[in-house]
Amino acid sequence: MSDNAVASSGAATTSPAEDEVLAELTAPVPEVGDGGPEMVQLLTPEGQRVENTEYDEYVKDLTDEDLRGFYRDLVLIRRVDAEATALQRQGELGIWASLLGQEAAQVGSGRAMRPQDYAFPTYREHGVAWCRGVNPLNLLGLFRGVNHGGWDPNEKNFHLYTIVIGAQTLHATGYAMGIQRDGAVGTGDPDRDSAVIAYFGDGASAQGDVNEAFVYAAVNNAPVVFFCQNNQWAISEPNERQTRIPLYQRARGFGFPGVRVDGNDVLAVYAVATQALNAARSGQGPTFVEAYTYRMGAHTTSDDPTKYRVSAEVEVWKHRDPIERLKAYLVHEKMADHDFFEALDREADELAVAVREGCLSMPDPTPDSMFDHIYVEPHPVVEAERREFAAYHAGFEGEGSH
Amino acid sequence: MGTMTIAKGINNGLRAAMERDPKVVLMGEDIGKLGGVFRVTDGLQKDFGEERVIDTPLAEAGIVGTAIGMALRGYRPVVEIQFDGFIYPAFDHIVSQVAKMRARSLGKVKLPMVIRIPVGGGIGAVEHHSESNEAYFAHTAGLKVVCCSNAEDAYWMIQQAIESDDPVLFYEPKRRYWDKGEVDEASAPRPLLAAQVCRAGTDATLLAYGPMVKTCLQAAEAAAAEGKELEVIDLRTLSPLDLDTIAASVEKTGRAVVVHEASTFLGMGAEIAAELQQRCFYHLEAPVLRVGGYNLPYPPSKLEEEFLPDLDRVLDAVDRSLAF
Repeated sequence: MSDNAVASSGAATTSPAEDEVLAELTAPVPEVGDGGPEMVQLLTPEGQRVENTEYDEYVKDLTDEDLRGFYRDLVLIRRVDAEATALQRQGELGIWASLLGQEAAQVGSGRAMRPQDYAFPTYREHGVAWCRGVNPLNLLGLFRGVNHGGWDPNEKNFHLYTIVIGAQTLHATGYAMGIQRDGAVGTGDPDRDSAVIAYFGDGASAQGDVNEAFVYAAVNNAPVVFFCQNNQWAISEPNERQTRIPLYQRARGFGFPGVRVDGNDVLAVYAVATQALNAARSGQGPTFVEAYTYRMGAHTTSDDPTKYRVSAEVEVWKHRDPIERLKAYLVHEKMADHDFFEALDREADELAVAVREGCLSMPDPTPDSMFDHIYVEPHPVVEAERREFAAYHAGFEGEGSH
Repeated sequence: MGTMTIAKGINNGLRAAMERDPKVVLMGEDIGKLGGVFRVTDGLQKDFGEERVIDTPLAEAGIVGTAIGMALRGYRPVVEIQFDGFIYPAFDHIVSQVAKMRARSLGKVKLPMVIRIPVGGGIGAVEHHSESNEAYFAHTAGLKVVCCSNAEDAYWMIQQAIESDDPVLFYEPKRRYWDKGEVDEASAPRPLLAAQVCRAGTDATLLAYGPMVKTCLQAAEAAAAEGKELEVIDLRTLSPLDLDTIAASVEKTGRAVVVHEASTFLGMGAEIAAELQQRCFYHLEAPVLRVGGYNLPYPPSKLEEEFLPDLDRVLDAVDRSLAF
């Protein structure tokens, strides 16, 4: 009692920092979902290989070289992402949507694609872009404001980033319907049979467009894989504000299979995505894949996640880091040695420098280029305004030299 | 050369386009066996199959959104929206995706798609079946917006819209679907993006499109009986507007009355009036006047005759113009 009395009487002198420390110690650890027993996992967070009778066959032919390749992808795209975040903080990008924590979901699915497959991303699929061979500087250009994308989607079969949430799922479905009409499904020719993969987030699952895409894909049996990265947060809204059932279970209501995969396990994602893409290419129609993962950073550099989620949750997910678990597996299985990791670190450093220099030396678009590419065919209003713009600016020529 | 309705003109035009190019596909609700609620696609699924005349689920965002994907894959989709008032669920895809895809890709991709929209009132329909929403889309850069008013144009313009490498919103005047007209399927058509002087006159210019062209021609006929010669121009293209043809006429007559079913506030008439005062200020004998729907939600059908411009309201505006 006397101790309490002392503590009580001394409360006024106790520093707020001590209160906070105490609160942190006594606060319950938040309930953080682990994906549940249905979730496909081939590597534990500690890097232990888990057997899975259904999905092992999709990874059994992967070589050590392949696995080192996965690891390299994860490390390099995380480095690109970190550099882009830094560039945003330094004012070089207007905004950046970080993929931190979602590398395995993107690399696993990206590497499951064949060249003729087509990806329809949202605006966070830097890892998929990387796997498709799209230069990261193209992605930075959009966030720097020099264009709205600008890469040729047909060059790498990687569509432009779509910012309106979920709209691209319908584009992907329509594209898949085109594949069907081209007879590029179910022929048995591995170089011809094609599939589409549509990326979106857990927030997008609430959108009408996404649900319409499910309907269209289902009734057309379209060769499309709906790949949802459930990163637990739609900006500041948690899953509980988006859905009352696990997302992968939605697929059943639309008439096609849904699978939940550990999105931080690149091996499992590769297996599940390969299975889904194979099914689509062979004419078995759509699959919904829910990659259960976590957005370690902010939604974009514009928001502050400390306002809406607790640090203990982030700590739990740090333990599930996609890169660390693959590294543990590679080391344990002696598939990669010290030299490999050293060399990769150097490569990442060089890539970061290239991204930084490329970003800083990116030319601004010429002012009159905003009149380009609005229409394919000549358009009198655009051309008239282009002439007016030029004449207006010509009026300033020579000014400033006096 | 033959006589046919506007609906049949579009039907024949779609058929010709589909025969010419196997990449042309039709998409929409009820367009297959039923032939569309206005029977515009009648018989096409029977002849071209379900893979090219696609009955879609009842979801307009889905129709336009998947058509975008089809176009990205190299097809030329022509989608049918059943009624003007049902376009809004697809609005986002049209203005945010269809219109912007080319600019977004710096010219790397094109979306050669056509969105067909039966437009306007006058058929005694229930709510959401009689709207005129062309100004929303004409306001959006990246789209082309056209409207046919007769069978000849119906036949040719739909084919030209399909052949365009740019996305086109194709408005069809639903209360004129069954109006007949001569169609010359052998002659060369006039350009898609050009207005047409369809009656010459000297006293004032009536500017209209779609369903109001017929009303204006009737008004000109009535005015002629009173000795007034009105020039009537069918705009045909709303974006881009053929301002050269419009301005040439107004410089000749000195007077202009723009007629449309849509509400006048920020409608096509507002843009035309603004352009004419910029281009023809010294030629104008009177302010450019507008005759349109009132600035109200489209009323119940028992009141639509009061809402829609008719021959008398057009002539009243002509009288006001001539009184200046």
